[in-house]
Parts: sequence; structure tokens; C-alpha cells
Amino acid sequence: MCTTCGCGDTKLVPVDVHEKILAGNDRAARHNREHFLEQGVLALNLMGSPGAGKTALLEATARATHGRWRLGAVSGDLATDNDARRLEAAGIPSRAITTGQGCHLDAELVHNALHGFPWRDLDVFFIENVGNLVCPAIYDLGQAANVVALSLTEGEDKPLKYPVMFKAADLVVLTKSDLLPHLDIKVERILDGLRRVMPHPSVIQVSARTGEGMADWARWLEERKSRVPKRAATSPGHVHDHDPSHDHSHPHADGTVHSHTHEHGGGTDHGHGHDH
Amino acid sequence: MHEYSLIQSLVTRVEAEAAARRATVVHRLVVSIGELAGVDPELFQTAYDTFRAGTICEKAPLELRRVPARWACPSCGKEIGKGEVLTCEGCALPARVAPGGDEILLETIEMEVP
Repeated sequence: MCTTCGCGDTKLVPVDVHEKILAGNDRAARHNREHFLEQGVLALNLMGSPGAGKTALLEATARATHGRWRLGAVSGDLATDNDARRLEAAGIPSRAITTGQGCHLDAELVHNALHGFPWRDLDVFFIENVGNLVCPAIYDLGQAANVVALSLTEGEDKPLKYPVMFKAADLVVLTKSDLLPHLDIKVERILDGLRRVMPHPSVIQVSARTGEGMADWARWLEERKSRVPKRAATSPGHVHDHDPSHDHSHPHADGTVHSHTHEHGGGTDHGHGHDH
Repeated sequence: MHEYSLIQSLVTRVEAEAAARRATVVHRLVVSIGELAGVDPELFQTAYDTFRAGTICEKAPLELRRVPARWACPSCGKEIGKGEVLTCEGCALPARVAPGGDEILLETIEMEVP
């Protein structure tokens, strides 16, 4: 022991932390989730392999629901904004999140993408994850539910091969159902696999091309939407008086900010749509 | 390849803990990886060995503990074996995975403090 200068000796201590390594991401995800709940937005994390039909499912959703809900999306992609442009063309306001070499979205990337994007005006906000059946499963983004798109062309054994992804799924959408006659695939085998990796198996079979199953998917969305509380009258982040008529401004994806006036009824559900 | 971003989070967390305790050096880390955590232990180790150079973890070996995924009925406790349907036949309830089996946890940091 050093007794002359008072520096003291160091000692070796084990510090028990017992904390999730993703605790930081989980905190950011909780923050996103609070935002979505405050604003009455149903946020869904759509995952699946590259080419599983995630973007096509969203395009078909816009067609099948005929403007019943205000849809919006952010799309994670390594190198392009192709998906976001396809969704815009389908009438779904979208923003690309280009991840570079990143194989998944995390809560902070999603949070950053919300800035300047009119997500508060949406009923359903899709977070289209990077095409990948592995990494995205472990990152909470603040979504209300995880939806995994699995195309019939991917083979019967995918659930058993990628249990972590399917365990995280609240719903599996089997896509490309119209191709079934051309494939040596038994849907029952896929369902059996899902029951062995998903404690709450929930599956809808669709074809974005023919529209098969899209009504079931819309019902699922409706049911999930009904669980999201209506936007509170004075919610943080969108603070303004609830006079029957008022001005307010909000930023848009292209960076412009504009003001407009609109009328409200007596209710607190404060949706509004307008053209640009 | 999300192992690298996990290592980044791990090292940042260790640095914060070390700074809070004014540690001079970190000697060892213990991390547990659940079978269903979505992390490949070998890749995780490789990523750590690559990333730790120049950080406070430079001289700290990483000990990995693998935690198997054990599924059981939340009501009667009956275990459900690997590959079986994840529903308790008797109770008609979805099985639940035991703690740790689907998580990646920083368990212990061994550090030298004044």
C-alpha cells in the first residue's frame, strides 16, 4: 500500500451489470413508441427476405384499402431509394433510409427519419425494414407489431431455419400466393414450421398481384388500428389549441413548411388531409 | 453482420461504466448470449477482437456464456422440447421462453478502480 503520496492502490472489482447490450436501442424504441401512441399512429415493422414482396404488399395495400387510411412509410435499403419511390408512386408518402452497409434498421435511424416527415398525419405507418431474415429481428423500433413477409417461393423450411425472425413476428404474411400452382410447395408444411417457432402463430396468405387475401390483411390492420388509442386533444409534439378552426404549420419531407387552416368537429380525433 | 454494431454498443456501455467508477483498466467482460438472441457467438467474438483495439477493452478478454432456449408452458410449467409445436397441449397456451434464452446481456465487467 502506498502510504506516502496518498494515491492509494487500485483494486480489482467485478461489476455486475446484467443489462441488455441493446438497452440503448430499446430506450430509443420506447421513445418512438410513445410518439406513435400519442399521435394515434399504428406503426408496423415490416420485415422479410430481399424479394419477399414487402414493397409489393404495401402497394397492394394502398390499392385494396382505397384511401380508407392515410398510409405512410419509411423504407430501409442499403443503396437505393427504389422502394420509397415505388411507394410514392402507389400513393403512399415515403422516405428512404439508406443504411449503407447496415443490414437492419435501428430505433435511432427510424427516429431520425421521422424528422421532417409528416408521420403525425398518418393512420398507419409502415417501417419497411432492410431485406434480411436475420438481423432486423432483434432491433425494436418502437412498432406496435412486427409483420414478416414470407414468399412461397422461399421454400418450406424458412421458419425452422430462421427461428429468431419468426419468433419475433406478430403476423406472418405468406406472399405470392398466385404462384402456388407452379411450385412444389405445401403451405401446410410452412404452417407446421411456423407453429414450431412462433408461440402465437398468426398467418395470412395473400397475392399482391391478384388481390387474394388482401381483405384478410386489411381486417388485421383494422383490428390492430382499433387497439391504438385515438390521438389525445393536447398531445406533446403537436401542441395547439383545439378551437374549431385554427392555423398550424408543419414541415414536409421535402423540407418545406407551410401553414393552413382547417375546420374541426367537436371530436378529438384530429385527422386532416390536403394536397400539395 | 449486426455483431459489429452490438460490439460498438457493448464497448460504449463498458466505457461509460468505467468512467463512472473512474476505472483505470478493464480486465475481463462476461456476456451471455441466448440461443434465440439472433447473435452468432463466434462472429461476436471475432467482432470484439477486431473492435476492442484502442478502446478501454483492449486488454480485456471476453468470456461468452451460451444460454440454451428453454420453452415451457407459463401455466403448468411443462417443458416443450426443441422443434416441438410451441403450444402446451394440456393448457392450450402458447409456450414462453425462459429468461436469457432470447437475450444478449452484459453480465459482468471486471475493472481496476482506485
